Amino acid sequence: MEGLNIPLNHILLIASLLFVIGMLGLMIRRNIIFILMSLEVMLNSAALAFVAAGAHWGQPDGQIVFMLILSIAAAEVAVGLSLVLQVQRRFRSLDMDSLDWMRG
Amino acid sequence: MRELIGLIPLIPLLSSATLMLFAGHLSRFAIGLLGVGSVGIAAILTAKMGIDFLGNPEVFKVTLWTWMQVGTFSSDVAFYFDGLTLVMMSVITGVGFLIHLFSTEFMEEDVSYARYFAYLNMFVAAMLILVMADNLLLLYLGWEGVGVCSYLLVGFWYQNSANGYAARKAFIVTRIGDTLMALGLFLLFTELGTLDIQALGDAAKDKWQVGDSMPLIACLLILGGAVGKSAQLPLHTWLPDAMAGPTPVSALIHAATMVTAGVYLIARTHELYLFAPIAMIAVALVGLATSLMAAFTALTQHDIKRILAYSTISQIGYMFLALGVGAWTAGIFHLMTHAFFKALLFLGSGAIIHCLHHEHNIFKMGGLRTRMPVTFWSFMIGSAALAALPMTSGFFSKDQILLQAYQVDGIGPWLWFGGLVGALLTAVYSFRLVFVVFFGQVNTEPDKDTGWRMVIPLSLLCILAMMGGWIIIPVTQVFPLAVFEHPAHWVEYVSIAVPIVGVIIAYLIFLGGQLKVDVFTNSFVMQKLQQFWFSGWRIDWLYDQLLVRPYYGLARALKLEPVDNFYRLVVTISQTFNQWLSAGQSGQMRRYITSMVFGLIVLLAILVRAS
Repeated sequence: MEGLNIPLNHILLIASLLFVIGMLGLMIRRNIIFILMSLEVMLNSAALAFVAAGAHWGQPDGQIVFMLILSIAAAEVAVGLSLVLQVQRRFRSLDMDSLDWMRG
Repeated sequence: MRELIGLIPLIPLLSSATLMLFAGHLSRFAIGLLGVGSVGIAAILTAKMGIDFLGNPEVFKVTLWTWMQVGTFSSDVAFYFDGLTLVMMSVITGVGFLIHLFSTEFMEEDVSYARYFAYLNMFVAAMLILVMADNLLLLYLGWEGVGVCSYLLVGFWYQNSANGYAARKAFIVTRIGDTLMALGLFLLFTELGTLDIQALGDAAKDKWQVGDSMPLIACLLILGGAVGKSAQLPLHTWLPDAMAGPTPVSALIHAATMVTAGVYLIARTHELYLFAPIAMIAVALVGLATSLMAAFTALTQHDIKRILAYSTISQIGYMFLALGVGAWTAGIFHLMTHAFFKALLFLGSGAIIHCLHHEHNIFKMGGLRTRMPVTFWSFMIGSAALAALPMTSGFFSKDQILLQAYQVDGIGPWLWFGGLVGALLTAVYSFRLVFVVFFGQVNTEPDKDTGWRMVIPLSLLCILAMMGGWIIIPVTQVFPLAVFEHPAHWVEYVSIAVPIVGVIIAYLIFLGGQLKVDVFTNSFVMQKLQQFWFSGWRIDWLYDQLLVRPYYGLARALKLEPVDNFYRLVVTISQTFNQWLSAGQSGQMRRYITSMVFGLIVLLAILVRAS
């Protein structure tokens, strides 16, 4: 495959960067929607790493795993958003810290 | 007639139960009639059995029912009747009847009249079971029964906490002996496979040799029980305090019957003691030591009942001495005569206490000879018999004991000499009592005189105390015949003379005043010695230091629950951990995530280093 030939290291660097950004978002953000978004970022960073690795070694496995991650992410978002809706309805708030009385 | 033997303990028992259940519905006269009458009927039945037995001396056994049966062990409620049983039953019902009669006057103003007779009747029933029992287990039932009744009667005036203390002391100290005796019974059962007294003797002949260690241990354990019940060294401390009870109770339980149960027990099991010569010597030495110790103590006391209590301890010491030297007949004989004269003395002191507003101190009495003539003569006769003056009942029995003690090989003369010193002291302290209480000037005027219910028992006991020595007790079938060589005449003369010397000394010191002992007794050493004797050789103090205080200390230490503290530590540790860990579970999602991240970083760092 000709054309764009980005070194694997760069892509892995970007993937790690995205992962760390998502992680920091998880640790810092209080709004549940932002937390879900941070999770998406992390999942996608992992997916990106898989795809890049698959392309680098010319294997299809990376793309297969990407699709698996995609479906997991879709399922996660479906569940997560419904939880967000419920939380908003019940407590009129999306603040994660305000739910700490549940001691979960 | 023989089957009726079961009635003898049953009638006082039924009367006791009636008095307990229907006390509120009975008049005082009915209570007295029931209490005295039941023992009277028992006495009449005993007399009838005694007359039959003397006409036709045939030992018999009546089995009422099987009490318990476990495996190879079975115990019957069975009564055994022989000469020894007859002597004991006669003393219990005969003297017991007189004391019951005396009590009706002594206790007439007491509110708990029915309770008193209920306990007293129950005691008579238990004591009869004790002496009639065919096996040691039934004997033990009676043994514990009299212990309970003694406790109840010593603490009869329970409103005064000192009396309750005396009662508990009596109960607990005798319990030590009872425990030893129970161990002895267990040992006998495992060794010989039975507890029937007659079968025990036969089994011992098959299995044991003279001088074996097993009979020695068993006999020493039984001696422990006898020592506790009969207030011998070292378990005698309860008896002087037991004088807290009503005086007729002291006469019945703590002079005539219960305290002699130990003597009876050893006499009853004498076939076992024959296999343990060392145990016999132990019995003799315990008896001699106790009789001397108690005689010295009695010299210094000034409470009339305590003097008599120590004299009882001393006299039972003589009985033990007799048993230890193999003079069983003499021991039982002394038991009987002692029951007569000591019951007489106690009832006499009861009469004095009754008429002198419960005064116990002999130095506040005095001059009662003309005020209370019946009591005076009772005391004269009782003290004469106690001191073993010639021709009284005590003379015959004590003389036999001393002469037979002299016969023992080796230590015999020493035992005889010790007994003689005791006899001298006995004469001194008993006549000190008489001279101080009945002669001299009147210190307290009696406010009433003795009624007929006191006079009759006193008079009858006077006759018994005088004439009791002529009774020949029918125990020749029970005990092996003592080989009795008459010792040298001087031994006999000295034995007779010593009590007379004692009386003369007492007269010279306490009445005539010719013998000035003040300089002697006021010296420093004698003062200390007197205090030492007065406190009962400080044995109470010793036990207090050795047993009571350490026990209190232990109880105080245990009150803080040292073992629980260890488990509390475990609880504290796990609670602390729980607090730490539950503090971590804050519900703060972001904090969880952060800690997971840092944890992962650490793990990764470790992994990287490792690879």
